Amino acid sequence: MSGYSLENKKPDRALDPTGIKPYGDTMNDGKVQLSFTLPVQNGPEAVEAARLLLGKMGFKEPQIVFSREISEGFTFFVAYGVSIHEVDYSSIKVPKLSLEKMSMEEIDRFIDERIRRKVVVVGASTGTDAHTVGIDAIMNMKGFAGHYGLERYRNFEAYNMGSQVPNEELVAKAIEVGADAILVSQTVTAKNVHLKNMTDLVELLEAENLRKKIILIAGGARITHELAKELGYDAGFGPGSFAEDVASFIVQKLETMIGNL
Amino acid sequence: MKSKLDLDFRKVERARKLAVSIADGVQNFVAGRTTVSVERAVCRLMGIDGVDSYGVPLPNVVVEHLASRNLLQEGASYCIANAMMKTGLSPQRIAEEISAGRLDLLSMSYGGEEEVYGFLDPLAQRAVEKVRDRRSEREALIDRLAEGPRPYLYVIVATGNIYEDVVQARAAVSQGADIVAVIRSTGQSLLDYVPYGPTTEGFGGTYATQENFRIMRAALDEMGEKVGKYIRLCNYCSGLCMPEIAAMGAMERLDVMLNDALYGILFRDINMQRTLIDQFFSRVINGFAGVIINTGEDNYLTTADAYQEAHTVLASQFINERLALIAGIPEEQMGLGHAFEMDPDIENGFLYELAQAQMSREIFPRAPLKYMPPTKFMTGNIFKGYVQNALFNVVSIWTNQGIQLLGMLTEAIHTPFMGDRYLAIENAKYIFNNMRALGEEVVFKKDGIIHARANQVLDQALELLAEIEEDGLFRALERGVFAGVRRPVEGGKGLPGVVLKGERYRNPFLEKMLGGSCR
Repeated sequence: MSGYSLENKKPDRALDPTGIKPYGDTMNDGKVQLSFTLPVQNGPEAVEAARLLLGKMGFKEPQIVFSREISEGFTFFVAYGVSIHEVDYSSIKVPKLSLEKMSMEEIDRFIDERIRRKVVVVGASTGTDAHTVGIDAIMNMKGFAGHYGLERYRNFEAYNMGSQVPNEELVAKAIEVGADAILVSQTVTAKNVHLKNMTDLVELLEAENLRKKIILIAGGARITHELAKELGYDAGFGPGSFAEDVASFIVQKLETMIGNL
Repeated sequence: MKSKLDLDFRKVERARKLAVSIADGVQNFVAGRTTVSVERAVCRLMGIDGVDSYGVPLPNVVVEHLASRNLLQEGASYCIANAMMKTGLSPQRIAEEISAGRLDLLSMSYGGEEEVYGFLDPLAQRAVEKVRDRRSEREALIDRLAEGPRPYLYVIVATGNIYEDVVQARAAVSQGADIVAVIRSTGQSLLDYVPYGPTTEGFGGTYATQENFRIMRAALDEMGEKVGKYIRLCNYCSGLCMPEIAAMGAMERLDVMLNDALYGILFRDINMQRTLIDQFFSRVINGFAGVIINTGEDNYLTTADAYQEAHTVLASQFINERLALIAGIPEEQMGLGHAFEMDPDIENGFLYELAQAQMSREIFPRAPLKYMPPTKFMTGNIFKGYVQNALFNVVSIWTNQGIQLLGMLTEAIHTPFMGDRYLAIENAKYIFNNMRALGEEVVFKKDGIIHARANQVLDQALELLAEIEEDGLFRALERGVFAGVRRPVEGGKGLPGVVLKGERYRNPFLEKMLGGSCR
């Protein structure tokens, strides 16, 4: 009768912050949904290959719920599995920007009172990236989703260089206008070229002996603060960031830099 | 067709009259000038191809030679034809001799215009016939194989390696694509030459070269036979080499070309004088070759607000329509661009998108309108993104768009996986099939939200056209009328490549393609 006992399952069903798992519809069920393509023609062997792969990825009870040959010799799968892994949530430490977030008006006032000159910012979508969505959202007058861009700020002098700007040109412009901060946007890049491009910029600034004098900020769909710090940037802003987030960071950081002079 | 939107077609007529005046202003400027890329395109049409030992394309070698000898204003046609007469060599051999430093076009005597152009005429005729043959070939293939129903399903490949592109393109065709566009390598639009040969290393795309065109053309023809429909090949006839890419595309039977000077001016900072001159010849070639051009108005909406700026798209479409007509492009080859780019949080946003798409359809009834998918408000939430793309597909089939650039659920994350493209095509095919006749069944409420929106956009476009007409297009672009981008007349890339035509200048290729009606 033990199979019918509800008691036995209880321990599994409690949230344990030291070992969390994906949540499907029940605590700790570990259910994960994924899709991928394998370079083989569809058939029982293809489905079995997908199942075995899920096992190697660390999934129990792999289930292939959909398979379709989407081109000769390529099969697309939708799959479910139960994760055998868990992570200790209680011990996670993620470096975060600790700063006070201000509104546009507050930021302009902050600059009036504590910096007492215009803050100069140069921004671009650099390297091979042709997308300006990110940099435009932060810099252009209109901004994004009701959050005005830096051009709208009374105390910012913002230069948006657009897309596909070589690092050299970006640095040259920063020197020309005496930039306090450089904003680099990386929206869509193939095969992680953005990482190399971003580190190249750091090296270029170091070579010009500018790295410590300029606030360097990265933004984009796949950028996190942690990644940006790792690459040698002062801050990183991922999806859902607006001009006031970036501006708040710039002015507060700038104040400490001026204070340290 | 009766308007479903109660559009006032007298206003549409007024808008067209304003566009005529604006386009005439541009054409008056264009007619007296040529550019290095126009002349390189002439070289290519004469049969000059290949690169020198430094990898410089021979058309560039020849045109740089002409420029250095102050001969460019007389045109490559005149100078090369004259050299052919005097030396008995072919254009290709002449280019090679110039490249080797053994021939100087300044050191020879020049024949009279009548004599030289008379000598060139049969060669120019053959070049033009060759393009016409490619066009006939396309028509025959479409006759025999048929083609997919509209809206054509348009997908991109962008691996950087032409051979990998072929793998992706074959997959796309077997999934149901009608048009395969090979995205160009980042930055190619700013190169003042066209790379040569097959290429395997590009960033975010693959170089447009004549050999790459040939490789993809062959692959798509083969796939077309397999799936039993003609597959169109699209590339990018924009940037600093518009006329050359047009010439190469015409020779290799490309079917669709992005071809819009305004796009280059606004988004690639290409000098407006240079690119409008380039555009004219490129459009003459595209028109003659039967190529559908795509214009880039959709981009205005990714930069500026899609609700506020909808009228700039319409105004620009009127101007682009007129500039295309002047270049001999019939309406059936005008893939005027627009997009489904409004913020998904706008209440009734779908109704506004529907109104605008229906409006474009009614104002440009014969044009295979190019409808672009949501990009600006695509997030990492691929599931919601898939729904956004579905709504976009609904508008398209409802309003009978011509070319459907399929939205990818992973837009804003990475270049499409093969599986992403499959899902996109499945989404569109499902909706197009399931809702095929919706537009014939449903009418819109009189004076409702949809009527009001379409009429409002038309009114605003008319106002904007009147402003542009007063200033002329060049000044208007300086003021930043489109996408909020300002561009100076003397600024941007490529201005040094513009020259005033000399007394002997003629472009027989252009004249023949325009059917002798060249202005």
